[in-house]
Formats: sequence, C-alpha cells, structure tokens
Amino acid sequence: MGKVFAFHGGIHPPENKKQSTRTPIRDMPLPKVLYIPLQQHIGIAASPVVNIGDRVLKGQMIAEPVGRISAALHAPTSGIIRSIGPHPVPHASGLDSDCICIETDGKEEWVEHHGLEDYTRLEPGTLIEHIRQCGVAGMGGAGFPTDVKLHLGDNHIVNTLVINAAECEPYITADDMMMRERADEILGGIKVISHLLKPSHIMIGIEDNKPQAIHALEAALKGCELNIDIRVVPTKYPSGGERQLIKLLTGIEVPSGRIPADIGIVCQNIGTTAAIYRAVHFGEPLISRVVTVTGDAVAQPQNLNVLIGTPFADLLDASGVYENKLYRLVMGGPMMGVTVEHDQIPVIKTTNCIIAASTDEMPPAPPEQPCIRCGMCEQVCPAELLPQQLYWFAKGREFDKAKNHNLFDCIECGACAYVCPSSIPLVQYYRFAKSEIRTEETEQRKADHARERFEARQARLEREQAEKEARRKARAEEAARAQQARKTASETPVAETGSAAAVTAAPVDVKALKTAAAVARTKLKKARTALKNAEDKGLDGIDTLRITVTTLEQKADAADQAYKDAEASTVPEQAAAPAVDLKTLKQQVSIMRTKIKKAETALAELDGEARAQAEQDLSTLRQRHEEADKAFKAAEQAQIDAAAAQGVDLKKLKIDAAMARAAVTKLERSLAKTEEDEARAALEAELAIARAKADTLNNTLKQHEPA
Amino acid sequence: MSLIRMSSPHVYKTNTTANVMRLVLLATLPGIIAMTVFFGWGTLIQLVWAGALAVAFEAIILKIRRRPLGFYLSDGSALVTALLLAVAIPPFAPWWVTAVGIFVAIVIAKHLYGGLGQNPFNPAMVAYALLLISFPVEMTRWSAPFVLNGEGWPVASFFDTLGAIFGSVDSVWYDSFTGATPLDELRHRGGLTNEEAWRQSVVLSEGIGAWHAVSAAWLMGGIFLLYRKIITWHAPISMLLALAICSAMFYGYDPDNYAGPFFHLSTGATMLAAFFIITDPVSSATSNRGRIIFGAGIGVLIFIIRTWGNYPDGVAFAVLLMNLAAPFIDIYSQPRSYGHSKANKGQGGKA
Repeated sequence: MGKVFAFHGGIHPPENKKQSTRTPIRDMPLPKVLYIPLQQHIGIAASPVVNIGDRVLKGQMIAEPVGRISAALHAPTSGIIRSIGPHPVPHASGLDSDCICIETDGKEEWVEHHGLEDYTRLEPGTLIEHIRQCGVAGMGGAGFPTDVKLHLGDNHIVNTLVINAAECEPYITADDMMMRERADEILGGIKVISHLLKPSHIMIGIEDNKPQAIHALEAALKGCELNIDIRVVPTKYPSGGERQLIKLLTGIEVPSGRIPADIGIVCQNIGTTAAIYRAVHFGEPLISRVVTVTGDAVAQPQNLNVLIGTPFADLLDASGVYENKLYRLVMGGPMMGVTVEHDQIPVIKTTNCIIAASTDEMPPAPPEQPCIRCGMCEQVCPAELLPQQLYWFAKGREFDKAKNHNLFDCIECGACAYVCPSSIPLVQYYRFAKSEIRTEETEQRKADHARERFEARQARLEREQAEKEARRKARAEEAARAQQARKTASETPVAETGSAAAVTAAPVDVKALKTAAAVARTKLKKARTALKNAEDKGLDGIDTLRITVTTLEQKADAADQAYKDAEASTVPEQAAAPAVDLKTLKQQVSIMRTKIKKAETALAELDGEARAQAEQDLSTLRQRHEEADKAFKAAEQAQIDAAAAQGVDLKKLKIDAAMARAAVTKLERSLAKTEEDEARAALEAELAIARAKADTLNNTLKQHEPA
Repeated sequence: MSLIRMSSPHVYKTNTTANVMRLVLLATLPGIIAMTVFFGWGTLIQLVWAGALAVAFEAIILKIRRRPLGFYLSDGSALVTALLLAVAIPPFAPWWVTAVGIFVAIVIAKHLYGGLGQNPFNPAMVAYALLLISFPVEMTRWSAPFVLNGEGWPVASFFDTLGAIFGSVDSVWYDSFTGATPLDELRHRGGLTNEEAWRQSVVLSEGIGAWHAVSAAWLMGGIFLLYRKIITWHAPISMLLALAICSAMFYGYDPDNYAGPFFHLSTGATMLAAFFIITDPVSSATSNRGRIIFGAGIGVLIFIIRTWGNYPDGVAFAVLLMNLAAPFIDIYSQPRSYGHSKANKGQGGKA
C-alpha cells in the first residue's frame, strides 16, 4: 500500500451507508414499462434505430451513437417499442427529454450476442469499437462515453490508471456492494482497460469505510500479474471527486482547465470496469446497473440490480416506500444529487442512488442569514477557492472578479454550503454566476462575430466605392485625352472616343434600368399589399394609398418600358462584337507576315540540316499566314455583306463620309478667309449643314465598322 | 406525488450563526470570571447593562429598518459586541459611557453600514476608540486589582459598585479602588529604567499578577474556540508572534527602556484582542493568508502605539487601522487554487 497524500478542505457529513449494506444486491422484478432517455450524458443524443411497434430483444441496439461523444442504447429486455418521445428524465433542469418507451413482454429473450474470444489479440481500435457498440459509459458521474476515454492512449502517454472506488457521497453503497460481490468482474474490466491504455501503474482509490470491499478486492487481486495498488484513503467528502482522488493518490494536481490525461492519468469508475468486463467477455451491452435505494422513507434500504429505464416508482415499490413520509426524492447523493419531482423518471446509466428522504432527514434549508465572513467555507473547499468572496461577487454580479477568483474551478461539491452557519445556498450562487458568465460570453462571441461581419462588409463597400471612383477617374482622363486629341486633329472632326465611351456606358445604363424596374415593381407590390390590408381592416387613408398604387403602377410600367427599350437598343451593339475579332485577325495576319519575312531573311543565312528545319518552319508559318489571311478576309467580307444586307454599301458609305469631311474642312477654311458678315453667315449655315451630314455619315459608318 | 425540487446539497451541518455566537460567549466565561475576581463586580454590572442596551438598540434599529426582529435578534451578534465592549471599558465607567459606547457600536458602526456582515470596522473597537478619545478621565479610571487593597477579597461591594456606575460618588471613593494599569505605569515612568520603575511601582511589582491571570483566562477561552474550530489559528498566532518578535527585538537591544515580550503578551488587552477581537470575521481579512497578514499588522501596530504612541494601550486603534486595510489584504492574498501553479493577485477585470 503506497503513500496517500491529502487534499485541502473536505467535510465529514453523516455517512448513512450502513442501512443499505445489510442485504446483498437483489434483482429487481421486471418492470412493465421502461423509458430509456436518448441522452444520458454530455455530447450528442443517440439516434433511434427502431420504430414504434417494433419488437426488440434483450440487448438489441435501439439507438446508435451519433458523433464521437455519444453512447449506444440497447433494449434492457425483450418487448415492444411503444413510443419515442418526450418523457420526464433525471436532470437538474426538470425538463422532459426524448425517451424510447418499451413495454416489456416478460420473456427476457436475448438477442444473439457473444463475447470476444481473445481481446488481447484484437486491434485496439476493434476492441474499443466493440465497447462503444455495447454502449458503455461512465457510471460514476457524468456518464461520459467510455470508448472516448479508452482512445486517450492514442495521443496521450498514460502512465497511471486510477480506478475510482472512493464512493465518498453519504448514503450511496452501490460501488461498495459491487466490490464485495463482483470483485472478479471489476478486475477483469481493469485488465481490459490496462490492455488498451498500457499504464505502468494502476491504483484503486477506496475510502477506509469499506473494509469488506477492500478485503474482497485484495482477495481477487491475489495472483494478478498487473501492477495494481489498492490505496485506502481516509473517509472525507469529496475524496471521490476525480481531481481530489488524483491528488490523494498521486500528490499531483490536474492543471486547471485540463483533463487528467494531460498529466498521464486516466480515471475510471469501478462500476464502469465491470460493465466493460461484461461487454468484452459476454458481449452484453450496458443494460442494467446497481442502484442504492435508501432513505428514511423506504422500509427496506438496499441495493438493487436494475434495468436501465426502470421508473423510480418501481424501485421505491420494491423497497417498500412510505408514501406519507416521503418528502424529497433525490437521485445521487445528498451532496450533489438532484431532486426529482416525478416518480416515473427512469434509472439511467449514471443513477447510482435514490434517496427517499423524510422531512426530518433532509429538512428544508433554514432561511438564509447574512454572511458573517467566518471563512468556514474556505476551510472546507477542496478546490482551495475563497467561497465567500465568490458569493459576494456572484451576489453583486461582479463576474470579472469571480472569474479572477477561479470560479470555474469550483466543482460544486457543496462542502461550503454544508458548513455555512448562515445557511447560504452557496452552490446555487456559483451556478448562477457560472451560467451568467457563460451567457455573457456567448453573447460576446455573437456580438464579435456580428461586428467582424459588419466591418468586413464596410471594407468591401469602401473598396468597391474606391474602385468605382478609380474607374470613373480613368474614364474622365481618357475623355480629356480624347478631347485633346480632337483639338490637335481639329481638321478631321471625328468623334472617336466619345462614342466609345457611350458604348461602354450603355450596358451600365441597362443594368441600372433593370434594377430601377425591379425596385419599382417591389414598391408597387408592397403598396398593393398595404392597400389590401387597409381595405380588409378598413383603415384610414385608403384613398391616399390608392393614389400611391396608381402612381407606382405608372412608374413601374415606365421603368419597365425604359428597361426594355434600352435592352433592345443594345442588341445591334452586341452585333458589333465580331468586329473586335476582325481587328485581332488583321493584327495576327500582319504579325505573321512579319514573322515570315524574318524567317525568310534567316533562311538565307542558313544551310544544311538547320536550313531544312527552318524551311519546314517557314512553310508552316506561311500556311498559317494564309489561313489567318483567309479568316480575316472572310470576316471582312461578312461584315460588308452584313452591312449590304441592311441596305448599306460600306464602300460607298466610306467614300461619302470622306467627301463630307472634306467639304466640311473646305468650308471651314473659306470661313476663316472670308471677312464680310453676310458671306460669313451664309458660309456658317452651309458649314452647319455639311457638319451635320458628315456626322450622320460617320455615325452610320461607325455602326458597321469598328472604330 | 408531490415532491419538492431543491438544489444540492440536501444536507446541512446544524451549525448556525447563533451557535457560533453562543460558543464565543461561552469562551469568554473564564476571562469574565477572572476579571470579576481581580477587579470586582464592575465588569459583571457593565456586562449586564451593556447587554441589555445592545439588545434594546438592536431591536429599535431593526424595527426602523423594517427587518424581522426575532430572526435577527436570535443570532446573538449584538450580545457579543456588547460583551467585548463591556470587558474593554473600565469596570467603574459611568452608565452613560457604556450607553454611548453601545449606541455607537450597534447603531453607527454596525447598522448604519448595513447590519450584520456589512460593517467594515469592528463595532466594539469603534465604540471603544470613540469613548477613549471623548471621555479620557472616565475611560482611564481602571480599578486596581484587589491584591493591592489589603487582606482577603477587598473589592468594592456590589452595591457600592452599582452606585458608582449609576449614581455619583466622591472622587475620593474612586481613589481607594482605582489605580494605574501596568501599561500606564510603564508609559508614565518618567526617565526611569524598567528595573527602577518595577521597584517603585506597586502595580508592577505586586499587582501585575492580576493581569497575567486575566490574560491567561482569555487565552483559555481562545484555545477553546480554536479547539471548536470557531476561529482559525492564523490571525491570533500571527498577531501574538508579531508582538512578541517586535518587543523581543527592542528588549534585546535595550532592556532598560523597552518592556519584554512576556510583559507585552500578558498585560493590557493583548490576549482578549488576539482571540476575541481580531478574530471577528466580518471586519478582518478572509483568507488564511490574509488573516496572517492582518494579525501581524495588528501585532506590530500594538507594539508601536504602546511604545511610542500617546495611549498606553493601542489595541483599538491597531484593530481599526487593520480593518481599513482588510479589503486590500483580501485582494492580494488569494490562496493558490487547486490546479493552478500560482495564486491570482488583484481584483481581475476592470477593478
């Protein structure tokens, strides 16, 4: 037996364990109905794989795990699925949750199941998957799926396995009785865990108030090849708390916010080890557990082997409950258990005890008195916190200070509230503060998220604005340059770039028009709805609304019309698209011509093999040139044809345009020379006509030929 | 089936504030007996008078504050305050001095700050300091121990004492039953060395045994409280140690002019303060480490005030000064919590 360390604080409440250890574990008579909650632990609820009306066999899977932290559920006995839906469950919230309801048929017909022949020869993954499929979950506290803990060996070095047999809460004797009667199964389970995690050291932590259990374990351990230590720890609540037990056995503290595996320790409850044993050696899923039924309000306090899903009422009946004495029904121990208000609440995988307490046994808490800062809470706090400071902070909603005083290291063991001379329900204050802080943090996260999104949107809008601005500037500059160019080439007054700008502007206009039309339509729709609403309810201002609707109708029509017109007018411009191709084709042809010329020059200087190669290249080039030329000409012809099809002779048009331009120039010159007013006026009139003609011709020409 | 829903835990230790106060009252018994034996009936009369006043004031103020009378009166905290003040003031102090003191303690120092658990200063010490400053004559008229008055148990008779407290008596009458305390003697010894003062003063040479005995009685009560886990050892032990170390250092340096550690520990209100006054949880530091600092501060301050201050004893002022510092000490004396490599300091957050 190794050294046992100590943890700070702790209390010695009356144990009340003797009552329920007088008789051996008894099997419960089969209940008529079982309610199996889909969620019995943190993580994700299992998903049902049976339907209402199905007949299920004992041990058949009825819900499969979803995701990593989730546990399978199995039918505890054979029967018919009656319903799947909300039913009261054992949870502090008192809320209903989804349960599978099985009506038992009393036949206890097992599904085909068999154990693993030699688990030591299996892949660890396969073995763990088998345990997962058997729905094994922690049977001490939180009901954490066991397979997740068994995987810890993958990414942690586990050197110590701690088996939690402390059972420090008063009243509870389920683990005690298990050890007395099923030490072999427990040892078998430990062997499986040890095989998977390969710890160098295994410690069973057990309080010194269970001498018979210690004896049974020692007897079972005889001849065991594993390095297992039974460490007897002094009876003190909460020595069974995971972190407290680790401190007791190893002297090491689990760092705040970390898990024991981070310091190479894995903790398993003693009940879980037995469940693992049965799963591995017999293929039996976790469908029953030992539950202590005790308290002053039952005639026969005892430990029962109970099917998961059995309503509390059946357990109480089996133990002879005094209905008139029953005041408070607690699931779990008196320190951390939760009260249940409903006796149809079922036993789940973590239900280790049910206390049917009388008023004398668990009287209502006396009224809360002012805190006198006596500090007794600090003396007993196993997490070494300052409970009364936390209380003041929780009361004053000073959550930052509470966090700074390590509120989240509180394990809610209730030792502080137990000793408080002012009867302050301290644990409730901490729960309140914790939930407030959690809510605050969630909201903060949400707000941060929203802010980030808003900022991103703002940045995007700014960027778009800047880009738009840059584009507008570029266009303006180009226009200015064009203006300049027109000025310098004033002899040939051809509007070149202006129309180009107009062409690019046109699609934007179409888009804007489309949006405008859509907006107008939406507005109209809204106005119509409002009008209808107003008519239905006989509200005031119907007339105004009607007028608005008519106006909007007109507007929408106008917008639609404008959009359609604009769209129609852009179509011929789209026809000009191949013109771009023509230009590139022309360029390509000229590039190739240059290449050919270069190649010919190079060819003259070459001889031998290189020459042959070059000649080959040249011929390919020529071929390509011809092709390109042909394509170009074809495109040009197509354009001319297209123009001709519209009744325009492109060539004639060109000539006409040139002549008109020449006439304009001529007139301008003569205007510059003439000094008589009359003659000037006549010339100016002529010039205006000539210009108009030239512009028209130019425009027509532009429509058929790219600029 | 109608069952109740309750938050855990479901069991409580039967240990109420009233219980704590009752045990504190019980623990003062040896001290009260010793004081009565050595200084006469005055202490007992003051106790009863102060207790009655305290309950009356508490009831009135609770009524004004519209608090449930029975619920708050039964916690016994007013009685403890009254008791501490009654044993601190001289046994022959006139009735109105006690009345003023109790009024200040209960009404001003306690309830004006919000009642039980909210007062930053120890109510009894606030009252004592106020009385000492306001009524120096009455507050320094300490009875002489009976051993100085002659054979037998020659204390002032019960009715004489009653008359002295509630009526008026000749100042000559006072002279025959009152005298300087050892701390007074040492304070006002002129240029005498310790040894000379001892030889000259009857109080120091013969009467000091009374103070030793009373101190021992308070110590007994303190040990009882420690045993019953009503108080922790941190504040008392650190205060006594600090006082002993300070006095030992100066005594070792100059034994003629400074009193020794034993003298400091066994006279005046040292023991009463250590176990009954600075352990008042409301106004002291709260963590164990904080209480050590708190107690040590008081010990040092007592020595400083006794040695260089204007008053022969400095417990009240020392306690009040450290009461001021208690919240600050609390902020910087958090314990290291489980799973943390070091203790947090400061308030955290924006404070």
